Order: sequence, then C-alpha cells, then structure tokens
Amino acid sequence: MEGKITDIETMGLVDGPGMRLVLFLSGCNLRCQYCHNPETWNLNGNTQTLSSEDVLKKFKKYSVYYGEHGGVTFSGGEPLMQSKFVLETIKLLKENGIHTAIDTAGGVGGGYDEVLDLVDLVILDIKAVEADEYKFITGQEKTNFDKFLTACINKNKKLWLRQVIVPGINDDESHVKLLKEFAKKIPNVERIELLPYHSLGKSKYEELGIEYRLKDTPDMNKQRCSELEKLLK
Amino acid sequence: MDNNLFENEWKGFRGDDWKQEINVSAFIDANYTEYKGDDSFLAGPTAKTTAVWNRCKELLDEETKKGGCLDVETNILSGITAFAPGYIDKENEVIVGLQTDAPLKRIVNMYGGTKIALKALEAHGYKLNEEVLKHFTTYRKTHNDGVFDAYTPIIRRARSNGLLTGLPDGYGRGRIIGDYRRIALYGIDRLIEEKQKDLTGEYINEDDIDESIRLREEVSEQIRALGKIKEMAASYGFDISKPASNAREAIQWAYFGYLAGAKENNGAATSMGRDSTFFDVYIERDLANGTLTEAEAQELVDQFVIKLRLIRHLRTPDYDELFAGDPTWVTESIAGMINESRSLTTKNSFRFLHTLINLEPSAEPNLTVLWAKGLPENFKKYAAKISIKTDSIQYEGDDTMRPLYGHDYAIACCVSSMKEGKQMQFFGARCNLAKSLLYAINGGYDEKSGKLVIDGFEKDTDEILNYEKVRKEYSRMMQKIAKIYVDANNIIHYMHDKYAYEASQMALHDTNVERLMAFGVAGFSSAVDSLSAIKYAKVKPIRNEQGIAVDFEVEGDFPKYGNDDERVDSLAVELVQEFFDDIDSHKLYRNAKPTLSLLTITSNVMYGQKTGSTPDGRKAGEAFAPGANPMHGRDATGALNSLNSVAKIPFANCCQDGVSNTFSIVPSALGNNEEEQVNNLVQILDGYFAQGAQHINVNVLNRELLIDAMNNPWKYPTLTIRVSGYAVNFNKLDRAHQEEVIARTFHEKR
Repeated sequence: MEGKITDIETMGLVDGPGMRLVLFLSGCNLRCQYCHNPETWNLNGNTQTLSSEDVLKKFKKYSVYYGEHGGVTFSGGEPLMQSKFVLETIKLLKENGIHTAIDTAGGVGGGYDEVLDLVDLVILDIKAVEADEYKFITGQEKTNFDKFLTACINKNKKLWLRQVIVPGINDDESHVKLLKEFAKKIPNVERIELLPYHSLGKSKYEELGIEYRLKDTPDMNKQRCSELEKLLK
Repeated sequence: MDNNLFENEWKGFRGDDWKQEINVSAFIDANYTEYKGDDSFLAGPTAKTTAVWNRCKELLDEETKKGGCLDVETNILSGITAFAPGYIDKENEVIVGLQTDAPLKRIVNMYGGTKIALKALEAHGYKLNEEVLKHFTTYRKTHNDGVFDAYTPIIRRARSNGLLTGLPDGYGRGRIIGDYRRIALYGIDRLIEEKQKDLTGEYINEDDIDESIRLREEVSEQIRALGKIKEMAASYGFDISKPASNAREAIQWAYFGYLAGAKENNGAATSMGRDSTFFDVYIERDLANGTLTEAEAQELVDQFVIKLRLIRHLRTPDYDELFAGDPTWVTESIAGMINESRSLTTKNSFRFLHTLINLEPSAEPNLTVLWAKGLPENFKKYAAKISIKTDSIQYEGDDTMRPLYGHDYAIACCVSSMKEGKQMQFFGARCNLAKSLLYAINGGYDEKSGKLVIDGFEKDTDEILNYEKVRKEYSRMMQKIAKIYVDANNIIHYMHDKYAYEASQMALHDTNVERLMAFGVAGFSSAVDSLSAIKYAKVKPIRNEQGIAVDFEVEGDFPKYGNDDERVDSLAVELVQEFFDDIDSHKLYRNAKPTLSLLTITSNVMYGQKTGSTPDGRKAGEAFAPGANPMHGRDATGALNSLNSVAKIPFANCCQDGVSNTFSIVPSALGNNEEEQVNNLVQILDGYFAQGAQHINVNVLNRELLIDAMNNPWKYPTLTIRVSGYAVNFNKLDRAHQEEVIARTFHEKR
C-alpha cells in the first residue's frame, strides 16, 4: 500500500540513532500552538505518495551513508494516523535488518498495537505533563496520550522522550522538574531531550493562510534550554 | 656505499633500500609506528610556545591594522641566502627561520615579473631601491616579459575578456612541493652527491637537444641551490650537511628546505607535503631514548606550525580580489593508508591537528586529512571533533587517490595530488566554461565587452534555444578554446622554467621528474544547469542590438545539478569528460600529462562578476558556485543528494587535479550532542568517500553567526571557515565574498 508524505530528509541526524532516512507523513490530529510543520496537518494536503518498497529502495540508495548505526524514522505530522502503511513498511524494513523508529505524540487513540510490537524505538513527544496544559497546547484531551504511554510501558518499549520548550509556557524550572518526576516512573527511557522553540515555521502559516498564535513569542534561548536540560540529569 | 655511513644519525632505523638510494617513502614504511589509540596522550602548549605565539598574535594584529601588510624588504631581492637570520622571540623559539630578517616582513620577487611586484609595492605604499630595480628594468628579462613576447593575439583576447583568468604569467606558478624530508633523512651533502651523478653524461642527446641541455643546466642550478640551503641554515647556526640526528633536527632540517623555497619563490601555493608521519619516526625514537617528553614533542610541532603560519608573499589588490584572505596554501597532508588494511596514522597525525587547539584555529597551514575507510576509528573521531570545533580541516579521499599515486603523495594547494619528490605540476589556472557556453550562443562575441574573441562561429538567432544545436556549437567552441588554453600554458611554463626556475624546490625532486599540467574549470554548475535548462525547459534569449544574448527568460522547470538526478548529472559528467579529452588531444610542454580540476577557491565570485546572465537563470555578475558545488540553493532535495551529484564527477583520468566540494551544515542539524555530532560527521565522510569522491570542506556553523560576524568582525577575531579548498579567516574576506559564503546552501534541520 501507499503512504502519504509531505517531505523526506535523507540526512536525518537528530531523529534517532545514527544517520537516518526521515519520512514526514501527512496528517495530524493535534493542533499544537508551536507546530513548525503545519503543512503536515491535512492528511490529503500537499502530499506525495510512496510505497513501502519505495522507502526500502530509498534507504538502499543511501545505505553507504546510513551504515550499520542508522535507520528509518517515521515522523510527521503524526505517523500513526497512517498506522497501516507504517506497519507494512516497518515489516519490510525489519526483514531487511534495518533499524526503525517512530516520532509520535501518541495522541491517535488506537490502531498502533502491532506497530509497537515491531518498532525498535519510540520517540515520544510529551506536550505537557498536566492535563489542562496539554489541552491548552494541543487542543485535545490528554487521555489518548496516557493510553499510548501505558501501551509502551506494557510492551517495555525503548523510549526517547522529548518536550518543546516555549518561552512563557513551560520554560521554567518547575515545569522541568515536573517532567523529570514524570519520566522517572517510566521504565526503559533511553534519553530525554528538551527542544528549544523556534519561529522558523511562521512563514509556512502565512503561505497556508492560517493564523499563527505565537506571533509575539520570542525564540527559546538555546543556551537556557540546555541549562534546563541539565536539570533532568 | 657504506650502509652505516651515518651510524649515529640512523641509529635504530630499520631497512636498507632507503640507504642505497634516495627513497623517503621506503624509510617511512620500514620505520613508522601506526597509532590506533585516542587523543588522551596529547599535551597542551608549553610556556615557550605560548610566549612565541603571543608575540605572533601582536604582530598579526599589527599587520591587520596596517591594512594586511606589516612590512616589505625593499633593498634586497628574493633569494635563498639573501636575508640575514630573523627571529620572533629567539630564546623561546625551538624551531627557527624566517623568510626575511623579521617576522611578517615580505619579500620582493621580480623574476616572475616586474609589473605585478611594483604594483604590489605601490599598493602598500613602498618603493623599491632604485639600484635593485635597475637590474630588472635594464639588464634582466622576466618570466612575464617572456610570456608576452610569445602570447598569440587570441590568447590575449581570451585573457582580457575573462575567458582564461588567473594564469600564472606575472608571478610564480607555485604548486611545486619539494620533498623537504630528504634533507632531514640524508643531509645536504648526500643530496648534492646524488645530483652530481645525474650530471656525469659525457654527451648531449641529439634526439632532444633542447631538453638535454636544459636538464643539465637545471641540475647544475639545483646543486647550487642545495649549497645555498646549507649556507642559509649555517647562518642560523645549524650544520645540515649531515642527516638529522633527532626529532628537533629532523623538523628543523626539513623546515630549512621549505623556507628556502619560500625565500626563492612566490608561487600562489607553496605547500609543505606529507611530513607528520615522517617526523613521528624521529619523535618515537627520541621518546624511547628518553631524550624527549610528550610536551616537548608537541612543542616542536606547535612551533613548526607557528612558522608555517607566518609565511607571506607580496600580493596586489587584484590578486587579493581573486583569492581572498591572503592565502599561501601551506598544505600539509595528514594520515592516509599504506595499503588496504594499514594506515599511516601516527601520534603525530594527532599532534598536527592538535595545533588548532593549542594555538587556536587558523587558516594556515592548510591541514588536510587524507580520509580512508580503514583509518583508525579514534583518529576519524578526533579529526571530526576538531573540524566541528574549528572548521579548519579539509578532507580528501585517500581510497580515491592512492590507487593512482601510491601511498606517498601529497596535496599541493587545495586538491592537487602528486607523488612527493617524483611528480611536479605546471599550474594552469582556469577556463570559464559558463562563458564558453555564452560564446557558443553568441558566435564567439563576449557578452560583456561586445568584442569578437573567438572567430569562426555564427550567432544563434533562434527565438527558443535548441539543445542539439547549442550543444553542437558548444562542443566546437570547447575544442577551439582548449587549443588556446593549451597554447597559453605551454608558453607560460616554457618561460617560467627559463626565467624563474624553482631551483631549491626542484633540487628536492628526482632529476627525471614526472610533469603534470593542471588545467581547470570555473562556472561548472552554471554551465551544467544552463545545458539542462535549454534541454528540458524553454530558454528564450534576450538579445541586444548587436544580436548578443545578454539575458534569458526561462519558462518551465528543469532538473538541476546537485539533486542526484541522472538527467542533469549525466550532462555534468559528459561536459568535463569532453573538455578534458579536448585538452588531452594536444601536445604539452616537456611531455607533461594533462589533469583537470573543478576548483575555484574564492575566484568563483570574480568569475561570476565577469560573466553575463546564463541560461540557468543566474543573472549577470552573480557569483558562480565554488568548485564542483551545485549552485547556491539549487540542491534542494537534501544534503546526500548534493554530495552524491558531486561524487559522480570522474576523478581518474579526467578531473585528476581535484574535485572540490564545500559543505556547510548547522550544528543543531548535525546531531543532538557533541558525541553524536562527531559520529555523524564521521558517517557523512565515510559515506561520501566510499563513492569515489575526492574532496570536501566541512563547515559546521550557523548562518546567524556568520551574519553577525560580517557586521561585527571584532567579536570573532579567529573565526576560520573552509572556502573551496582552503581555510580562511572570515574577517579577511571582503563583503562580496562574505555574502557569497552566507548565500551558500546550508543544510538545516527541517
């Protein structure tokens, strides 16, 4: 079957171990205030289609770069919006001995069990620890996320946790400490990263004619963000 | 010969071949110790090094404040023994020797030409001693005079219209690397003895009278130059007639050889060679004897590197416009492999890179890592780490070059490989292939000057350019230009040998040296994309009243070089192969073998300024991409596709003088932390070179930082970046070059 994607990064160096092929899948059910890929929201928006075999072919084309430590990451958008395509492709990649990861916010509510059984790594975006803040940022209740996290814990999935730090929303030490306590209770967390908010996606909103809600928010200071990250250690 | 002639100097060294004949490579093979460990053994700068370097920093600062030239010696001309010994901080210098009697004081060299030398003096506000000037205006002819006596009218037209530019017809040609290690291993007397053997023939060979006589004259000059190197070293208190007996002497002896070349000549690129592993043999012996500590070993390397950082030549403002940042290309080639499984990496490979930490980043010497799949992982990681920190290292594919040059080659300038001491190069600058395409469209008329440069062509009059037709005319045009280009270089090197022979550097080559003639291409990616636009889109020329296409309207999209797209990459490969074959169909001076480079250094800016609008949509005057790089921003489908397109350019038997690629990436896209950034950079380099690629410059930096540095230079005094084959201090670039660097494709995280 075919998947819908908005973009491909052939030299992905920050979304999973090693150098990776990163697929940005179309469609997302969340509407995060700081989202820098609004073009991925619409499942049938500005997309191209790609089969599982195409993904394998692309990986093989660049495999001399990816080496033994790299792999394929399904990002987006929300890759689990197209969980059937993701599952089929992961199966094919695994048959070829290729490492796989999904970069997800875990908010889709179901249909991901088989993906979780097979995928090597889940990069999980923790929008917020507290339910009302989660809703404030994403526009959706936190219950789906909780369900997804429980599934990961039950399957003892290897996790990378991430949180975007936005000035005025969660850039204070108490937020970071809360995240630390939250992460402590999750087994098999390999790393936690804080990503500084940037406004590079702003022009995309203008192109798409969507209002940008954080227009008065400055970029997160990178140094301050890495100081906050140290509190997680 | 008595094999134990130098019992003391050669004590403990293994092997015999290198004792019988001059063969440094065999000596290294038999004696070096490969190092596979990490960087934990490295030492910081000693107090002596810090003292010397601090004094240098004051002097460099003064030089910048004085507009880029601290002082010029105006009473004495260039020459190996012309200058009294000079020092920076005598009591703290462990390696000595300066080009003149004071640091950063530049030499006037008139052998290449009086015009350029006088222009440079005037630009910096100096006046040459009248008596000295008289020698060259009254009694002696120069290389430049000779060249212009012989230049044909069509070469002059091609030159003045910017079709052929940067030809070394008014100053030293450079790019010659003496095997300076020979002095350390054998001592001057043995080298003279060997050269004298080459002079013993009783008769002149009548089958080639010119060559036979010229060679005898040259070898005699070489012998005299060797004597002068000995004399110059003696003025610093060293007797180099015998081999070096320890590490300090080995570095000092070799440096005297290099220094002689830099006193005698003013070639654009005066590269050092491949010395670090050779020196390591001596350092290891001293460490084992207990006569040297690690700190002292690093001190020797640091201080040697300081000396190389102070090499200067007197240049004109025109030259600075072409090659920004006052470069000297003191290229030092590091690591590489001896065969598939064993590398030439030693502790000294680390020590050389470590100078960028001990002495802070610097453009010179041009540290070049010969990258190979089989290099020790620890060394790969260390080089990547220093790259990320300093942006001061370039990488070249040893697995690509070694099959063609063996394992003892070195890089001259940026990307020119040659067997050390066994091959030399006749440097031949560049031909503008984007302009050549415009000439094919415009019937040989220059689109800027409106003058007829190449005759025998018709102006294209089609409303929409027809690919087959244009391509056929382009082929015919390239054939004609190749002949002009070959003529120019044959004349230049004939005259250079005659009037400005590099006796000291050639004395450190085998007498029967193999000669390469290096041709080059500028405007490569613009020419390729233009062909693609004509083939796959609709290109409508806008012609002036003379019928010359001065602009182009492009309707529709077309595949662009830099996206791993065969439709256009095949045009790129075809183009260089064809132009090389055109050149190769001619006879070259002294039976030289032709090579071709895709390397512009920073001259892509100037070549762009001199070229009208091109069919790819590039507007008149806009900079070309450097070297083999895709045009700025057109490699839109990702970094790997960009690298893959460049890696397709054939090296062996085509672009064998180098395929230069400059790659910039922002740190946050390279990895989440330092360890990952290092591993990822190693992965990129392994992947790129595994495809037979030859060269890459790596810059890991933020666009924002560069813009800030452009506007606030004082905040970044040592900001060094790699620009197409060499490193440069960002603040020494003029605004046009700074903007061009910033406009280059940065690979960012999506």
